[in-house]
Amino acid sequence: MMSIAETTLVAAPLARKRARSGGRRRAITASLLGLFLIFQALPIYWIVRMSLMTPANVLSRPDFLPVDPSLDNYRTIFSDPSWYMSFVNQITYVCLNTVISLAVALPAAYAFSRYRFIGDKHVFFWLFTNRMAPPAVFLLPFFQLYSAVGLFDTPWAVALAHTLFVVPLAVWILEGFMSGIPREIDETALIDGYSLPRFFVTIFMPLIASGVGVTAFFCFMFSWIELLLARTLTSVDARPIVVTMTRTASSSGLDWGLLAAAGVLTILPGVAVIWFVRNYIAKGFALGRV
Amino acid sequence: MSIHLEQAGRDVDGIMHLADIDLTLEPGQLYVLLGRTHAGKTSLLRLLAGLDRPTSGRFTENGADLTRVSISKRSVAFVYQQFVNYPSFTVRGNIAAPLKRMGLPAGEIARRVDDVARRVHIEPFLDRLPGQLSGGQQQRLAIARALAKNASLLLFDEPLVNLDYKLREGLREELRNLFRQGNQTVVYATTEPEEALQMGGTTIVMHEGRVIQTGPAHQVYRNPASVTVAEVFSEPPMNVVPARIDGDRLHIGALDIPLPAHVPPGQGGDCRIGVQPHRIAHRQQAGSVRLDGPMDLAEVDGSSTFAHFTAQGHPWIARLDGVHVLAQGSAFAGYVDPRDFYVFTAAGALVVPPATQGAAHG
Repeated sequence: MMSIAETTLVAAPLARKRARSGGRRRAITASLLGLFLIFQALPIYWIVRMSLMTPANVLSRPDFLPVDPSLDNYRTIFSDPSWYMSFVNQITYVCLNTVISLAVALPAAYAFSRYRFIGDKHVFFWLFTNRMAPPAVFLLPFFQLYSAVGLFDTPWAVALAHTLFVVPLAVWILEGFMSGIPREIDETALIDGYSLPRFFVTIFMPLIASGVGVTAFFCFMFSWIELLLARTLTSVDARPIVVTMTRTASSSGLDWGLLAAAGVLTILPGVAVIWFVRNYIAKGFALGRV
Repeated sequence: MSIHLEQAGRDVDGIMHLADIDLTLEPGQLYVLLGRTHAGKTSLLRLLAGLDRPTSGRFTENGADLTRVSISKRSVAFVYQQFVNYPSFTVRGNIAAPLKRMGLPAGEIARRVDDVARRVHIEPFLDRLPGQLSGGQQQRLAIARALAKNASLLLFDEPLVNLDYKLREGLREELRNLFRQGNQTVVYATTEPEEALQMGGTTIVMHEGRVIQTGPAHQVYRNPASVTVAEVFSEPPMNVVPARIDGDRLHIGALDIPLPAHVPPGQGGDCRIGVQPHRIAHRQQAGSVRLDGPMDLAEVDGSSTFAHFTAQGHPWIARLDGVHVLAQGSAFAGYVDPRDFYVFTAAGALVVPPATQGAAHG
């Protein structure tokens, strides 16, 4: 047993030791984080580096900095319709998907949040079962059905196919946000003479704006990075950039620089969206159900 | 326009929320719903507002069935216990919201907003958002929005309960004046007997989903129809102890006193005696009976002390004026005037209220 005096005497050197080891621990933490950051950022830097070089240089020069940097690859992309139209196609169906998903998910989430109806819990759960199958499972039915109604190779085909996977997630996220808003506000609006649609748009939407932002972000990102459905449901007219990249890679003997430039351009919308909803996301992650 | 509930009840998933409600609300009158939590006050208000439908009975207005009339077709305003406002509208926008929906011209809206904001003293904050107001101001805003509509039925569900004491006193006074000015039917729910007495009007005492007594506030307070009403309408709850009337003697435990003069003759056998906590005094007075027993607990509440003690085999609560230091386990002597006794039958129905009815007190 140590007396109190002894404890106090021993405590001072202990504290010094702890401070020393604390500094060392901080150094270790910092270097680990640094390593992780390099691991994450290096590929991004590498693709930017490649996009500024000629294919010959990409293959022959291992320099860390770009050799003979130029924007020729980007010029090619922005002057060749088969390249830049791919971007337009992809942005079209991604935006369509986001808009459709939100338009469907907002009323659905409101119903799940505010009303009780027969089988509500089952339906809510069933929404999720759609996400438990890999998208590839739905390839053949989508292909045949969309061909039959003439949607094949249009942005609508990809947008609608993506909603199947995005809407459940959107409903789930939005329901969490909506349930955080007291029901009394709905009732007060009803008593004050608001119709449900007017209440929803003028009073309710501003209250769940951050949730809508987060949901739009997830819809956008899922659709933007999805390759398999986009590839199968388009051929020439509606071909998105991710598909153009893979097809170029297999046919024209790998133009590394051009591919890298397209890759950089593909990252950009994601960066833009993240920048746009950054505030919403920080709030959304704290409040809602993400 | 009088609103009428006839044998109205509401069950939710087989659980009774309201039962056998018979109620008539006359235009321009003030009604105070008094009951403990879960007595059914909120359920009744929601029913009157049309937010919920009765699952049995009739709900009519001037003889016309209201059960399936949509809320938007009725003239109702509701103030919740929580501060419910539209967070994305300014204070002005909040008050104007129901008026805009009523399709009033802009000039009339502006006039009404200014008028009602002045009446509840929030006119300096008209351009702020509700989130920038204090709790009391937010509730004033909710009240302002309800008043601005000039609805024929105004419903308040414990509107002051989430406010601090000082604010509550002030706002209650203002509400009372507002109700007096208006010609609206007001239903005001509260758990506090004092509030019911201060608001006045007609008190509707509720207990476990039923209306157990209706009448003018002071009349209900002085003549509670039953032990339950007396308990609900007294804070702290009234002391109720079993007793026995034997000829002209009254037995409470081992206490044997002459039957108080206000008890009508012809009573006999088991009964129950009720004593308001503030009618038990610390000092002896002429004619008072002494209750002896050990102290269980003393609570000091501002200017009064609640003494919990045991006498004649029963727990009692006395509300003494002033602050008293009463140690647990020490001997306590309470003095009670038998003329202050409520006498109930053994089943709980009132036989006779106290003879001393001058000094009613919450």
